[in-house]
Amino acid sequence: MAEAMQSINLQAGVPISWYLVLSAVLFSLGVAGFLFRKSIITVFMCIELMLNAVNLSFVAFANQHKQVSGHIFTFFVMVVAAAEAAVGLAIILTVFKNRETLNIDEINSLKN
Amino acid sequence: MPASFAPSAADLLRYAPETVLTVAGTLLMVLDPLFAKKSPKLFGHLSIAAFLVAIVAAFQANGAQGLAFSNLLIVDGFATYFRVLVLIIGIVTVLLSYRYLDREQAETGEYHALLLFSVSGQCLMVASNDLMMVFIGLEISSIATYILAGYLRDDKRNNEAALKYFLLGSFATAFMLYGVALIYGATGTTKLDEIRAALLTRGADAWFPMVGIAAALMFVGLAFKVSAAPFQVWAPDVYQGAPAPVSVFMATAPKAAAFAIFLRIFTTAFNQIAGGWEPLVWISALLSMTIGNFAALTQTNLKRMLAYSSIAHAGYVLVALASHSDDGTAGAMFYLAAYALMNLGAFAVVIHISGKGEKHVRIEDLAGLARRQPVTAALLTVFLLSLIGVPLTGGFFGKFYIFRAALQSNLVWLAVLGLLNSAVAAYYYLRLLVVMYMHEPGDVVENLEPLTPGLRAALILPAIGIFYLGVAPGAVLSFAKLSSSFVR
Repeated sequence: MAEAMQSINLQAGVPISWYLVLSAVLFSLGVAGFLFRKSIITVFMCIELMLNAVNLSFVAFANQHKQVSGHIFTFFVMVVAAAEAAVGLAIILTVFKNRETLNIDEINSLKN
Repeated sequence: MPASFAPSAADLLRYAPETVLTVAGTLLMVLDPLFAKKSPKLFGHLSIAAFLVAIVAAFQANGAQGLAFSNLLIVDGFATYFRVLVLIIGIVTVLLSYRYLDREQAETGEYHALLLFSVSGQCLMVASNDLMMVFIGLEISSIATYILAGYLRDDKRNNEAALKYFLLGSFATAFMLYGVALIYGATGTTKLDEIRAALLTRGADAWFPMVGIAAALMFVGLAFKVSAAPFQVWAPDVYQGAPAPVSVFMATAPKAAAFAIFLRIFTTAFNQIAGGWEPLVWISALLSMTIGNFAALTQTNLKRMLAYSSIAHAGYVLVALASHSDDGTAGAMFYLAAYALMNLGAFAVVIHISGKGEKHVRIEDLAGLARRQPVTAALLTVFLLSLIGVPLTGGFFGKFYIFRAALQSNLVWLAVLGLLNSAVAAYYYLRLLVVMYMHEPGDVVENLEPLTPGLRAALILPAIGIFYLGVAPGAVLSFAKLSSSFVR
């Protein structure tokens, strides 16, 4: 196991800080997209982008700590993200069926 | 380290409530095609039975306190308190739902199965000793609740509520998870006790600023989940749009569980960096109380008003968290129980008067309720007085313990501003009483059906609970005090 980890040692070439910066940039792009995009599908994809940015951090840290647990966490996150996507797309479908729009600004019937 | 993957008997016992709920939920889905047409109420009865068995299991698990599954779970008094609380909320939610589902002619099997799954996630969450377990419990609870929020597929308001809850809920989860990743990177572990030990031995400064950023991200994620300001914007829309029994479920059970894990993470793992997070909680508490109470003043929709009131109540619980003491933790635990009961009762009346398609949810629709159905009006009065915090009700002692804890921790200003806020809140609760007792009965009240047995139980049980907490708070409080020592 240790040899296998050694052979894919990310730190040999690229320092971990690069991975963390990339992950932070991806996460921020996801947040920005969530806040500013108008299409529900795009907003939903931005959430997935945020989760994948987190996954990148997990594997980078796992490699740094030489632990397997970080890799396993990414599987947890992926499974949960898949379940969330199933439910989320179903919700988006019902919204589209009843309103025939996917513009987030037009879904505002709830007010005082 | 040779790991044994076979769980021990003690592990299984400590995990019994979740097992019961999951098995029961799956069973309901299997039985759904067989009994959906013949006896739609059967599923409700079965899930109440499952909740009762799970309560027994939770107490059995409490008899064998300790860590389970390689320290992923921890069963202590704190976990047991919140497990039993969310299970009781589950029972009352089922009682509330009988009439609602019947009136909307909705399918019952899936509804109750989802409710069981959601509560099992909350039970898992409150008994987690590992941030990944917190994440998984949170998601089991949330994903089931997303579906419940949009349960009536053809109702536009339901769709919108589900969409908003889903998008903002997943957004918050991503923040929480990024915090988990950074903590894992800094300390090399996601177990709460190990994080605490790592921060204790090396000091948080060793990983500056990573631990601070991680705590801030987790704070954002959890504040979203408990609808604390400035992350509360989703709550009024979602609680207004979702089916009323689901609104009250969302306002109580996931919130109690999220607060439980909020307390556990910040008072155990992040105890070392308390100086950093206490001001954040302080500001958030004040903002939640103020925004919630002042926005509630102008509402005309009952569900929306109760949503803003629930934001304000989240603020009161955050006051307890900001005081960061055993008394504060115990006060928060007590308050969450009282808050859950009074909200369940108040929403039961909303469900009673709302009618098919939830047409009658304005405050004026309560007009003259006391003339036609004095008992219902009297019970709603009890819940409203408890929400205000009048003595002899659970709400009074909840607020009393929280503000006392704040004063003991020298948070004088927060306590003063909180008490002023309670005075503002009294106005909009009392307005309901005026409408109910002083106004002439309107069409809604004139044509009101009598209380069904399920709703009657859902009104009487919380009322008994509130009086019990208000007259004899000792037993619950001493259990909470004892449990609060587990999280410090």
